[in-house]
Amino acid sequence: MINADTYKFSIFKILTNSLCKTNKDIKQYIAFSVIKLTFFLTVSILVGIIGFLIFKGARVISLDFIFKMPENSMTSGGIFPAILGTFYLVTLSVIFSAIPGIACAIYLNEYGPKGFISTLIRISINNLSGVPSIVFGLFGLAIFVKQLNFGISILSGSLTLSIVILPIIISSTREALMTIPQSMREASMALGASKWTTIWKIILPQALPSIMTAIILGIGRAAGETAPILFTAAVFYSRELPKSIFSEVMALPYHIYALITEGTSPQQQIPIAYGCALVLLFLVIIISISAIFIRQKQRSLYAKTGH
Amino acid sequence: MLKLDTEKKEHNFSYTSVKNAMEKVILDPSQKARIKVRNLNFSYGEKQALKNISLDIYEKKVTAIIGPSGCGKSTFIRILNRMSDFTLSSKVEGEILLDGKDIFSKDFSPVELRKKVGMVFQKPNPFPKSIIENIAYGLKINGVKDKHKIEEKVIKSLKRAALYEEIKNRINESALGLSGGQQQRLCIARCIAIEPEVILFDEPCASLDPISTAKIEELILELKNYYTIVIVTHNMQQALRVSDYTAFFLMGELIEFNETKKIFENPSDKRTEDYITGRFG
Ligand SMILES: Nc1ncnc2c1ncn2[C@@H]1O[C@H](COP(=O)(O)OP(=O)(O)OP(=O)(O)O)[C@@H](O)[C@H]1O
Ligand SMILES: [Mg+2]
Repeated sequence: MINADTYKFSIFKILTNSLCKTNKDIKQYIAFSVIKLTFFLTVSILVGIIGFLIFKGARVISLDFIFKMPENSMTSGGIFPAILGTFYLVTLSVIFSAIPGIACAIYLNEYGPKGFISTLIRISINNLSGVPSIVFGLFGLAIFVKQLNFGISILSGSLTLSIVILPIIISSTREALMTIPQSMREASMALGASKWTTIWKIILPQALPSIMTAIILGIGRAAGETAPILFTAAVFYSRELPKSIFSEVMALPYHIYALITEGTSPQQQIPIAYGCALVLLFLVIIISISAIFIRQKQRSLYAKTGH
Repeated sequence: MLKLDTEKKEHNFSYTSVKNAMEKVILDPSQKARIKVRNLNFSYGEKQALKNISLDIYEKKVTAIIGPSGCGKSTFIRILNRMSDFTLSSKVEGEILLDGKDIFSKDFSPVELRKKVGMVFQKPNPFPKSIIENIAYGLKINGVKDKHKIEEKVIKSLKRAALYEEIKNRINESALGLSGGQQQRLCIARCIAIEPEVILFDEPCASLDPISTAKIEELILELKNYYTIVIVTHNMQQALRVSDYTAFFLMGELIEFNETKKIFENPSDKRTEDYITGRFG
């Protein structure tokens, strides 16, 4: 009796064991397949978009397209003013947002109150990055264009854009600061360094690669945004290149929008819009790649020689 | 009735233990005390981590702090150079005199204090910079500008930390490429480069292998000729080998303080004896 029981029991055990095993294998197989499928789906969508843009826009791309002014009420010629405008807007908005953003992150992480208030500030900053950008556009119109009387200008537009990217820079910089181990701060303080010296000489250099990444993410965002510059900086057409920060400008994303919605001869203008989109896409990709490159280079430099 | 009785007993017990603790703190008037700790209390928020600690740290001697985990050893030595300032909502009471000056007084800046009382941590924490930069940093922030002088001091402290011979060809390479033991000696070199008078070691060998540990112990015995040293250790043998005085902490109290030899050969408190013979903790 006992023998039979043990026998039955062990058979049962082997069965369940092997069942479990195959069960696990099947589960794993399914999970992997799903992951693979989603991966290929995502990649193919991405490749599809880029392919579509190249297919539609590559025809119009040429050196003249990039370096010439628009001609014949924008049915031919180039988009140079829009490229230049986007460049100005992005550069200024990064200058306006990087320093205050980094300072704010340093204050929050190194000096600011801990606990409830800090959590509150963090949540509001995160919420700020979730605000639709058209809202920032309206804000820029009310404050920079009207109240401060900067008019529709590079200055108004880049200030508005800088508010859009400020939360990105603050929260990524803060994250970068948070990853620097406490032991680094202690090591420096124990040598008689003040808090500020510690931040300036030890913490910031270590966080720099991540901060650079944050800034470049901000650049990508600023380059692509349309709504914030809609009422504050961009015009459909300007006869000459901007002369000062108080000039209005053409900008790539707005140019696309305008060509599609307000164009008078879509036959010629829609391909130009696709060309613009292609240029914008490549600009952003180049910026991102250079970001990765800079970061990698800095990291290895830092690891090797320690500067 | 019975309940009242036990309560009374408990009360008596804690009273006698405090009283005993005071009696078992044997200060040595023949030595010159660099640091005098008097009636030191420390709490993290509501939790009291140190209770009424009084002891002396003697010049050019090694004082070991021993005791089971969580008894407040780190808390204690981090107060000595006010690294405890960075712990939020902590409270400190009592008096610590460095050469007769109260380290908590307004005209003793913590930055000045930390130049005089250096610290080496449990885990080696070199900066992700070159070896030479690691040591030069402390010199630069303390106002040494001359390049030759910096280099001279870097080499001198590397030699004193018994590291120079091993790494002299790679002082421009990253400190992160060193072994754990070498990193710890680099941290010691970094600390002594700014010429402190007292060095605090918080379990400096806790993450090291026996050979590195032996090197650090040897180094501490050597450094004793120049500096006043406080070392936290979990290793009884280490305390016995390197220290001249030993303080035994238990649950935030200083149970016994005396010459190391006396503590180990003839502890006057049962709990000290239990701890050093490995019966608890
Ligand atoms: N930052 C802190 N906040 C609150 N409580 C703390 C903090 N640091 C330490 N404590 C508590 O204070 C007590 C003493 O801690 P401490 O780190 O000084 O112990 P220790 O003797 O160094 O222990 P170990 O040997 O494990 O390093 C412990 O009970 C610990 O939980
Ligand atoms: Mg400790």
